[in-house]
Amino acid sequence: MASSVANGGGGHDALRFYLTKTAQFVIVLATTLLGLVAVTFFIGRVVPIDPVIAIVGDRAPAHVYERARQELGLDLPLIQQFWIYLKKAATGDFGNSVLTTNPVMTDIANAFPATLELATLGTLIGVILGIPLGILAAVKRGSFIDQFVRVLGLAGYSIPIFWLGLMGLLVFYAKLGWVAGPGRIDVTYSYLYTPVTNIVLLDTAMQGQWDAFWDAVSHIILPACLLGYFSLAYISRMTRSFMLNELAQEYVIAARVKGLSEMRVIWRHALRNAAVPLVTVIALSYANLLEGSVLTETIFAWPGLGQYITNSLQNADMNAVLGGTLVIGAVFVLLNLVSDLLYRLLDPRTR
Amino acid sequence: MTKPLLDVEDLRVRFHLRTGTVEAVRGVSFQLGRERLGIVGESGSGKSQTGRAILGLTPPPGEVTAQRLAFDGIDLLTASKRTLRTLRGGRISMVMQDPKYSLNPVMTIGEQIIEAYKAHAKAGRNEARDKALAMLEAVKMRDPQRVFSLYPHEVSGGMGQRAMIAMMLVTDPDLLIADEPTSALDVTVSMEVLRILDELVSERGMGLIFISHDLKLVSSFCDRVLVMYAGRVVEELEAKNLREAKHPYTQGLMRCLPTLADDVRPLPTLNRDPAWAL
Repeated sequence: MASSVANGGGGHDALRFYLTKTAQFVIVLATTLLGLVAVTFFIGRVVPIDPVIAIVGDRAPAHVYERARQELGLDLPLIQQFWIYLKKAATGDFGNSVLTTNPVMTDIANAFPATLELATLGTLIGVILGIPLGILAAVKRGSFIDQFVRVLGLAGYSIPIFWLGLMGLLVFYAKLGWVAGPGRIDVTYSYLYTPVTNIVLLDTAMQGQWDAFWDAVSHIILPACLLGYFSLAYISRMTRSFMLNELAQEYVIAARVKGLSEMRVIWRHALRNAAVPLVTVIALSYANLLEGSVLTETIFAWPGLGQYITNSLQNADMNAVLGGTLVIGAVFVLLNLVSDLLYRLLDPRTR
Repeated sequence: MTKPLLDVEDLRVRFHLRTGTVEAVRGVSFQLGRERLGIVGESGSGKSQTGRAILGLTPPPGEVTAQRLAFDGIDLLTASKRTLRTLRGGRISMVMQDPKYSLNPVMTIGEQIIEAYKAHAKAGRNEARDKALAMLEAVKMRDPQRVFSLYPHEVSGGMGQRAMIAMMLVTDPDLLIADEPTSALDVTVSMEVLRILDELVSERGMGLIFISHDLKLVSSFCDRVLVMYAGRVVEELEAKNLREAKHPYTQGLMRCLPTLADDVRPLPTLNRDPAWAL
């Protein structure tokens, strides 16, 4: 098979190239995840937290404690425990959460979409506003707009997110009543649709429940703007510096020599080059939000991944912590892959 | 020829910096018809800034003033941005130093030539493509079709510079400013690029400003030579009369050219007189 492909000529070479690439990716993904499972598993077992006490309580008699310990398989050698965990994990079974008693997978299937929804919207706001602001600041360097972006970025770095979140709630929810308060959707609407993807905006829109949809929008808009602002602060600042770097390049002068309009010089020439490092910046900032912003999720009572993992950690719920960490790891690997692919698309030198 | 193509009188380029004002070009005057004018000078003598000022591309803190700066009767100092843009690339063009930096790394060579052409001609995609391919052939690319779809990093320096020339000449400009077009290339390749440039300039009857620090190259390539020092033209000569240079700076440069006939050791160096810069 392999030899026939190799002798097949031009078209097959391209096919073989992509097959090799895909195989490479699968191997990288598998090893990364395996490493991640191993590290989180062993750290989880080494930390001085006793999951048995978390279940039976610290006043349980010795034989109850011992039985619970055996049921959890904690009496087995560590390496054997890891093997069992690995086999189960391969089938999607990460055990049950002590705190919620649900399978960890079910909990994550509920929590992750909430975080995904919020992070995606926040990143979109950051990208849609941050990139043009950064470009403007770079093009009109030293002008009012440049100062404005600088102050905006500085504020984004230095203001604690929980303070801004509380102020936002105070002003826009409590005083002005422009937006809905904490939570994802009002109870009155929450039975109007069936959760399919657990992304409320998507579920309500697909089922035509527009009242519920607009209520969800009114709930998500404030936390999304909050996260959006922080990602905007970062993205606009990076866009500005990448654009300044590109605008000083010789090919920009060459584009002007050709008599192109300034718009074309900026968008077609400079931005297309600045887009290459920007992809990494955006992916990183997105991954950062996908990890779950614990503070934002807490203030807005948003049942996301960050909150879930933090709660589990505080309650020594190691199965849930391990599962959550794995999901975050997988998200990072996937985002890395996507930004790699985009890199290849945007920069011919990396092909 | 009654009216010169380019008329420059008392051109000055100043940069207002925090540390004070730097005057990079201090009162340069010359006229140019459809001929080849060489500008030589060392780094920082203002030769490149002279070229950029003509194109209206002096970088931001810079300020350009002149008694007269006219191209084909159009005053470049008072012309609207729109007029300047149609002149740029359309009638005045520039070949820059190093194709590694002056070609956009994420666009194919073909795209970049088409873009230059379509900025000035109302043309369809196919016509622009044909024109670009013809131009690549005119700069003696062996396989224009292939080069058309290559990215700048996929071609050699010599090919890149020929692509640059193709891009800058595709609109048939009247004046070409070549700013050290061969400094980044090795000697054999640079000869080839110069031959192509020479051919195209004579064929199309363009005016040429050839900026270089290579006195010998300029004198063999141009009709007339301006020697610049510290932002001023210190000498203007017919290229063939280079030996009759009067200014001590030019004379000094000439003396420093090594010859095969007599082996002078140590090689003479240039002694600068501070008075030249006044």
